[in-house]
Amino acid sequence: MIEFRQVSKTYSDGTAAVEDFSLTVSSHTTTVLLGSSGCGKTTLLRMVNRMVEPTAGSVRIDDVDVATVRPVALRRSIGYVMQNSGLMPHRRVVEDIATVPRLNGAPRAEARRRAMELMEVVGLDPQLARRHPGQLSGGQQQRVGVARALADDPNILLMDEPFGAVDPLVRLELQRELRRLQDDLRKTIVFVTHDIDEALALGDQIVVLRPGGRTAQTGTPRELVEAPADDFVSRFLGLDAGRRKLRAAPRPGGGQVVTDDAGRPLGVLDDADGGPSAGAGE
Amino acid sequence: MTAVQWILENLPQILELTVDHLLLTVPAVLAAFLLALPLGRLAVRLPRLREPLVGGIGLLYAIPSLPLFIVLPLILGTSIREPLNAVAALTLFGLALMVRSAADAFGSVEEDVRLAAVAVGHSAAGRFLTVELPLAGPALLAGLRVVSVSTISLVSVSAVLGITSLGSLFTDGFERGIVASIVAGIVMTAVLALVLDLLLVALGRVLMPWRRPAPRRAGSREPAQVGERGAA
Repeated sequence: MIEFRQVSKTYSDGTAAVEDFSLTVSSHTTTVLLGSSGCGKTTLLRMVNRMVEPTAGSVRIDDVDVATVRPVALRRSIGYVMQNSGLMPHRRVVEDIATVPRLNGAPRAEARRRAMELMEVVGLDPQLARRHPGQLSGGQQQRVGVARALADDPNILLMDEPFGAVDPLVRLELQRELRRLQDDLRKTIVFVTHDIDEALALGDQIVVLRPGGRTAQTGTPRELVEAPADDFVSRFLGLDAGRRKLRAAPRPGGGQVVTDDAGRPLGVLDDADGGPSAGAGE
Repeated sequence: MTAVQWILENLPQILELTVDHLLLTVPAVLAAFLLALPLGRLAVRLPRLREPLVGGIGLLYAIPSLPLFIVLPLILGTSIREPLNAVAALTLFGLALMVRSAADAFGSVEEDVRLAAVAVGHSAAGRFLTVELPLAGPALLAGLRVVSVSTISLVSVSAVLGITSLGSLFTDGFERGIVASIVAGIVMTAVLALVLDLLLVALGRVLMPWRRPAPRRAGSREPAQVGERGAA
């Protein structure tokens, strides 16, 4: 469990990146920090592994204040995936994935074996192991980034807009795979994004942030869509612009055709499974 | 006697002078390189210090070499003809060039990569040695090549003071009117500079294999086959 207890971050020039932010992230769930750029979501994420130190308040992992843990040891126990993958241009894929096990003292062969396993887990062709990141596609690089973060089997995974720089098709693919991975691995994930669809697709819990790192609303995807707390959240979700307003009309062959507010077709509801589980995000 | 004959007859001596030349060059280039690393890294870390540091040390290059060779012994307490004196002066000139290269080289390491190195849990020293240094490598190498060539040519000046090097072929040649000696000095200096440069390039290839282009193009664009594997 990760707890943010009334954390703030004020820089020396007086700008407040985060103000009095509190949140509990339950173990084995995915929490999405959702907001536009400059809302402090990355700052919050980096407080967990002490890449940013809060100026007030504390972050606790399983009831231990992270400020009492050596930063290097802390970071080696937490997976971190960033936008643009952050891969080491001078390391081969397999070496890069093996980084954290190596830093934690695993023998080279053992770390390598683990790295090869991880490539399998994230769906990378083992033949890519000896490539350098410059020789991979954007989607492959992000997979390597995820594999590196998972390599030493951390409990916590921090993901900072990990799929923000890949094209939309690959992004959907990576989101699907992350969900599949999470079903198996059940990590505690904190995921930062500005993409509302991504948040709805991945989050068990979503925190909508206003500029200055203040919480606009916290809830499950469904709670947010059903009962947005205010106009800000509504606008962020695209509820006001009719972007998520759907219409259904009977189809000649049976079932219903679902369209958006403007009448453009989105899909089909069969009579059999026309329940509410057909998510708005997909 | 033709120039070629003169050179062949004096070959052993020319080779000996070449070795002397190298013994002055290599320590000076190495020292300049090693000193420039922390200074260059510091300049990136403290942007306000950058110009005073890099510009200030760069100005050393404006000191005419001959006076420096003469003044340094007064500061170091060495005698004017000691090789150490020449090495110290050459190190300062090398440093003047290398600090700027080093600052640029460390500045060229991408912020994303640096952050990623922090995030995976490298210690500060580990980050410097295993991430920043190799990634700054190409730009460091470029600077090192300039310093190496420039030092080789500067070494010759010390011959005026009686420190033996290939420069002695010029001073002797002028004094005794032997054109072949001067020609041999010029040619050998150029050859030495070229050989050292090629060695540095080769060293770069060995130490920085990731800079070579891919053996073949990275296969098809990612999604389908790779993605499907994982979806099972």
